[in-house]
Amino acid sequence: MTDPNLVGGGGADAAQLSRVDDSGTGPQKPRSLWGDAWRQLRRKPAVVASAVIILVIVLIAIAPGLFSSRDAGFSDLTHANEGPSGDAWFGYDNQGADVYARTIYGTRASLLVGVFSTLLTVLFGSLVGIFAGYYGRFIDSLLSRFGDIFAGLPFVLGAIVILTTFNAPGSNPGAVTIIVQVVCSIAVLSWPVAMRIMRSATLVAKQLDYVKAARGLGASTPRIIFRHLLPNTIAPVLVYATIALGAFIGAEATLAYLGIGVRAPVISWGVMISDSRDYFRADPHMLLFPGAFVTLTVLAFVMLGDGIRDALDPKSR
Amino acid sequence: MIRYVLRRLLQLIPVFFGTTFLIYVLVWAVPGDPFSGKCGQAACPQAYIAQMTEKFNLDDNIFVQYFKYLGSLFTGDWGETFNGTSVGELIGTSYPITLRLAVIAVVIEALIGLTAGVLTGLRGKGFLDNLVLVSTTFLISLPVFVTAIVLQLALGSNGLGLIEASVSDNPSVGELIVPGIALGSLSMAYVARLSRTSIAENRRADYVRTAIAKGQPNSRVVGVHLLRNSVIPVLTFLGTDLGALMGGAIVTEGVFNINGLGGLIFRGIQNRESATVVGVVVLLVLVYLLMSLIVDLLYAVLDPRIRYD
Repeated sequence: MTDPNLVGGGGADAAQLSRVDDSGTGPQKPRSLWGDAWRQLRRKPAVVASAVIILVIVLIAIAPGLFSSRDAGFSDLTHANEGPSGDAWFGYDNQGADVYARTIYGTRASLLVGVFSTLLTVLFGSLVGIFAGYYGRFIDSLLSRFGDIFAGLPFVLGAIVILTTFNAPGSNPGAVTIIVQVVCSIAVLSWPVAMRIMRSATLVAKQLDYVKAARGLGASTPRIIFRHLLPNTIAPVLVYATIALGAFIGAEATLAYLGIGVRAPVISWGVMISDSRDYFRADPHMLLFPGAFVTLTVLAFVMLGDGIRDALDPKSR
Repeated sequence: MIRYVLRRLLQLIPVFFGTTFLIYVLVWAVPGDPFSGKCGQAACPQAYIAQMTEKFNLDDNIFVQYFKYLGSLFTGDWGETFNGTSVGELIGTSYPITLRLAVIAVVIEALIGLTAGVLTGLRGKGFLDNLVLVSTTFLISLPVFVTAIVLQLALGSNGLGLIEASVSDNPSVGELIVPGIALGSLSMAYVARLSRTSIAENRRADYVRTAIAKGQPNSRVVGVHLLRNSVIPVLTFLGTDLGALMGGAIVTEGVFNINGLGGLIFRGIQNRESATVVGVVVLLVLVYLLMSLIVDLLYAVLDPRIRYD
């Protein structure tokens, strides 16, 4: 599916191939790494499929009303615990709510948690990573050990401790508060990964001639970092971000399943999975449908990330 | 080599203190009264509060508290819970179960992951390669609790009836195999991909070509030259994973009702037994750090290039 060997030959081969392609269409224009990657991405069915899935999921998150005739609050206790039927595609939960409608309306919260925790993780991690890599020596050691402190905490364990510290068991903070807390705890525990990726990319990039040239021309440090280094080190972090976005949606569901993440009145896939915790042995549909949505979304992001990596990484071509 | 070991050990020290201090502060410096709800409906008697404040050094500054705790930890004393049970004993009963589960998970992921990775790495493109790629992508996308629940539903009394919904108090290796598969499924996918890439990359390396050119039999080229070099990154992954899986076992233990560290820490958090929570987390962090230290040292032994960076 995403076999790097299948991806059209890169490096010199790709350059030659593209020249052959373009020979009839006027003057040749050298293509950048990104242009090359974009062309490769469009050709791969797995990438196109995952992009379509992601688009649909985003559309559902923006306008859930388009996909479900029933409101998320719909509930008919006479149907409680009923399995899937033509009336309710995914069946009803133990409160008689339509699982399909809730899954559709739960998309927004799940996606928001994923997007914001990825943003926070990647922004903070790459900022620390690029400084550590650029300045090196003492600052590098200091920042790297600081990152190790957070990386040393196992993810689930750390998230449990953080989230229960800020919310005593049984308490119910507001919807916004809990989402912010979940986003922050995911980011706090994950940023060292983004930092390490950015740091090693920076260590390589800062040795290159164009950076030395820029410094020789008298460019200031911020200018070197943001105009010269960043555009050339962003690729591996971008790949990580795509895969992490999927993983964080899964993490949100895991935390909610444990009863410490997002909770009612917010609807998210994790909340639905958590609600069905005590009933899934008898009525698995309450858990399996939101679980399938989580899996499908994560799958789409992981496939897209794999595709981007194959397209951007010249080594794998 | 000695220099490398020393540097690696020195790096470990600030990380250990940082992580454990972070946990200690998070658990103990919680706003709110640590005694609320500790004595049933009534407020706690003054004598009890005084005794507990004395026992957990609650009057001290948080730094002093932390170092007093570490001090007793180094003498082997894990402290006591609010009702006087020894945390060391609690950990002593749960620890072997979680360790057994994590070891089983690592063994399973190593066996299946390595086999799949080596086979596809050697064969290259084809049906098997695509199958492994699709199935690993799928496994990576499944949250562990979904894997665990689906396995439990499919193999439990509602499905094939092969396993019980919950395992016994002191589970045997056989009972832990299915939970082990669930716990190790994600890493299994990573192991398969890692070994596949690593083999595929090294297959074209110069030393392999030399070995073939020397006229060595294929079994020796693959078994000695190729595998030994390709397996190094996989080994390091498996090593750190053992530490990570012990901390990540909470969810799996919850689904299969395994009486391990996960349950202990979860009950500890629900009942605000701070001593238990800190104890277990410190232990898990220690295991994680030690495993990554061992792996790094092993890496230096297996791959001499790493010592001279």
